[in-house]
Amino acid sequence: MDSELTGMTAAALAAAIAAGEVSAAEVTEAHLARIGAVDAQVHAFLHVAGDAARAAARAVDEQRAAGEVLGPLAGVPLALKDVFTTEDMPTTCGSRILEGWQPPYDATITRRLREAGMVILGKANMDEFAMGSSTENSAFGPSRNPWDLSRVPGGSSGGSAAAVAGFEAPLGIGTDTGGSIRQPAAVCGIVGVKPTYGGSSRYGLVSFASSLDTPGPLARTVLDAALLHEAFSGHDPCDSTSVDAPVPPVVAAARQADVSGLRVGVVPELGGEGYQPGVMARFGEAVELLESLGAKIVDVSCPHFSYALPAYYLIAPSEASSNLARFDGMRYGLRVGDDGTRSAEEVMALTRAQGFGAEVKRRIMLGTYALSSGYYDAYYGKAQQVRTLIIRDFEAAFEQVDVLVSPTTPTTAFPIGERADDPIAMYLADLCTIPSDLAGNAALTVPCGLAPEDGLPVGLQIMAPVLADDRVYRVGAAVEAVLADRRGHALLDEARGLDEARGIDNG
Amino acid sequence: MADLAATLVPFDEVVSRYDPLIGLETHIELGTVTKMFCGCPTRFGAEPNTQVCPVCLGLPGSLPVASRAAIEYTIRIGLALHCSIAESCRFARKNYFYPDMPKNYQISQYDEPLCTDGWLDIALDGPQPGGGVEHPRRFRVEIERVHLEEDTGKSQHVGGSTGRIHGADYSLVDYNRAGIPLVEVVTKPVPGTGPLAPQVARAYVTELRDLVRALGVSDVRMEEGSLRCDVNTSLAAKGSEEWGTRTETKNVNSLRSVERAVRYEIERQAAVLDAGGRVVQETRHLQEDTGITTAGRSKEEAQDYRYFPEPDLVPVAPPRDWVEQIRAALPELPSARRSRLLREWGLSDLDMAALRNAGALDLVAETVAAGATPADARKWWLGELSRRANDRDLDLADLPITPAQVAAVAGLVASGTLNDGLARQVIDGVLAGEGTPEEVVAARGLAVVSDDGALAVAVGEAIAANPEVAQKIRDGKVAAAGALVGAVMKATRGQADATRVRQLILEHLSQS
Repeated sequence: MDSELTGMTAAALAAAIAAGEVSAAEVTEAHLARIGAVDAQVHAFLHVAGDAARAAARAVDEQRAAGEVLGPLAGVPLALKDVFTTEDMPTTCGSRILEGWQPPYDATITRRLREAGMVILGKANMDEFAMGSSTENSAFGPSRNPWDLSRVPGGSSGGSAAAVAGFEAPLGIGTDTGGSIRQPAAVCGIVGVKPTYGGSSRYGLVSFASSLDTPGPLARTVLDAALLHEAFSGHDPCDSTSVDAPVPPVVAAARQADVSGLRVGVVPELGGEGYQPGVMARFGEAVELLESLGAKIVDVSCPHFSYALPAYYLIAPSEASSNLARFDGMRYGLRVGDDGTRSAEEVMALTRAQGFGAEVKRRIMLGTYALSSGYYDAYYGKAQQVRTLIIRDFEAAFEQVDVLVSPTTPTTAFPIGERADDPIAMYLADLCTIPSDLAGNAALTVPCGLAPEDGLPVGLQIMAPVLADDRVYRVGAAVEAVLADRRGHALLDEARGLDEARGIDNG
Repeated sequence: MADLAATLVPFDEVVSRYDPLIGLETHIELGTVTKMFCGCPTRFGAEPNTQVCPVCLGLPGSLPVASRAAIEYTIRIGLALHCSIAESCRFARKNYFYPDMPKNYQISQYDEPLCTDGWLDIALDGPQPGGGVEHPRRFRVEIERVHLEEDTGKSQHVGGSTGRIHGADYSLVDYNRAGIPLVEVVTKPVPGTGPLAPQVARAYVTELRDLVRALGVSDVRMEEGSLRCDVNTSLAAKGSEEWGTRTETKNVNSLRSVERAVRYEIERQAAVLDAGGRVVQETRHLQEDTGITTAGRSKEEAQDYRYFPEPDLVPVAPPRDWVEQIRAALPELPSARRSRLLREWGLSDLDMAALRNAGALDLVAETVAAGATPADARKWWLGELSRRANDRDLDLADLPITPAQVAAVAGLVASGTLNDGLARQVIDGVLAGEGTPEEVVAARGLAVVSDDGALAVAVGEAIAANPEVAQKIRDGKVAAAGALVGAVMKATRGQADATRVRQLILEHLSQS
């Protein structure tokens, strides 16, 4: 029964709960049991909120028994990235500097999930302050990829991705700043979406780079991602940058799953040399598949995408250097050296020296430098100009095509430790995802098979214009449906890392 | 040390050899009901850290949302200062670490202020300086910019002797003030003031204060810190084309201190220059007790604030029709109002200056509006009521008597119901909380006795009790009547009309 429940999609669980075939409490219990069985290996969670989850599930069951009309995902559990504030759980952002901090307020997304009757199982692991592509920058140890426990699950939302891929939760919430939803989703063989910037509220999301941070869903199917997308999206008066426009009809688009007549652009700048051959092979097949479904395929050059990565590594650290200034040990979180002999400034410096990890310090220094008087124009100012050029590349491309496609990541999941000492190699994991962050448009990753050389999942990235989020779901769902038909089973059924623990014989 | 008062150059001597140049940055806390970026109240004097929320505490994850009221108030100030209002402008982050700054950056405006390029005319009312040169009395102070930002929290350093952070045992921070909207009005350098520089600085701040108050956007109480000035001062040798190095005296919080800060810096900088030294570009602090300034941070160790556009906020783009609505709704501005009242009331410039300096202009105007003559209204507010306020150490406006009540008292005097002495007793009663003037008159039985029959009895008694005085009057020494008038007034507890009493005495004695 338990593995049956944990194996179900969110849509199927929601339907079963709504039909009274299973209670929300049973669904939650099954997932808590799965977490108990495998999370020591996966380490997807920093905090498992068993009691709170059970209480939330019971409340849904009681409301249903009382005949109340509940949301479409009521009773469905999920993993919440530990970057969203929760008033009943700690919020650490994967950092020592916030260890033990319990916020006095819920993020807007946290609140909306609760109001939708969803059950928060716990807080998912992440790279410290969402800076990284592997979760190795978490102060509390890395998460592991359910396909191969010696490999990274990607990052920074690696905990959420690993939880979903490891069947510890049917759904996850992540944040995407440079690819932090799509890259881990791709290397874990699941679906991940970066909605249009401002389409989902940032209030209560601890900022890394304010102009880029975008909350989004992770799920095992495109439809599940769409259901979750609609559950938490929409205008929030507490976030000035949130878009005051209707949420695009993503669930309907996921159900439509039709690409006939759609114009699809392949971006030659995102692919080719330096990309893993198996990744390019699967990507090529996905493009052929789209063509076979009636899409019109054209090459669309976006010449400034080559400058996206360096521009990103000036803009994001600049904003981070300011956003992370508040962590000084004065008001909350870690405080180091307050022994009555030191000045406030010394305590701040010691706290930050001890509380932040190496990558966070690296980016704070990069950003501080880029914003410094005399360097601003050459670094931050120039990077903003590049950002404008990338936006124009997208605008020009979307005059010719409805969506753009590329591999989501240049390689499949890499071994833990392989890139830990090589920040540039680590940064390259986000090469294909960064342009949509800089431009703020919608993008989705959907699994498109396994790379033959390592048997690990490959993601197909689909990009659409700002506020045309429905298009990425429409295309993603079409690809997903055909591949599932061809395969005859879900891709994740081939994940071997947790076979024993899951007790499933794929023989 | 150049800071010692002994090394100052006398002011008159400095201005005979140097031209001072001043500039002012004035911070005004807006009187919006809620804070700049959240819904917390802004009430002054609340228990520490009771008017705070995740946003103004800068808690992780919280985000600012700009207050429309604060933007409107700032535009109002900008329009009253004849500024251009930006079509679109952005907030910026000013980054520096300090415990009273919840986010370790302040949301401010940098290269895109909301209002730019205006002016404020001021007129001096003090005496001309010596030297026989006639100096101009009116100055146009050019305004460079008016921008909007958030205030910081307030630190209190406990222990140690100075109240400053160094040497303190511990520090307390109150974040109630954090996030209160703060407008900064920055002047361009004000040239050509010569020896009047300290007075011009003071007159500018006074005019700006009155303007802001008239606009209804702040109560501008300097003693509560809702208006604070940074005063820039430099000296150049007379006739020199080049400006000297300036110092910035921070957080000057009274009109008198503005004047003193400029004056002191002029005298101090002259001493430095005369000794062959150079003025260091630095921030300085005015010591309120001694009136001297002491060095703070120098430019060399100045912060790099790493300004960049605030990514948590969208640009502010006030629609033109909204700006025009705000312009159309501006009240009569203080200088125009003063000119009008001066004309209507027949006052001299000095009379007007006296009213302003006493903080009585609005009170007098309201008293006149309530029916008193301008002369009566001025007499009561500048005379009796100013004395009472002084005795109680209160601002005139804080006396528990309204302009309408003062007008009522003046009306009772004009109608002969009260004389001045009785009127003072009525004011006593009103200030003591005994009710309206009419109620006090009734309760204390204070009306003038105008019944001749009752007075005749008192006059007869006074004459009978003072036969020698009566005889002197009969002998033609009419001046002696004063003693009898006094006796009658005493007997009637001041409620008689002294002129009438005198008449009655003289009539009585001429008949007998």
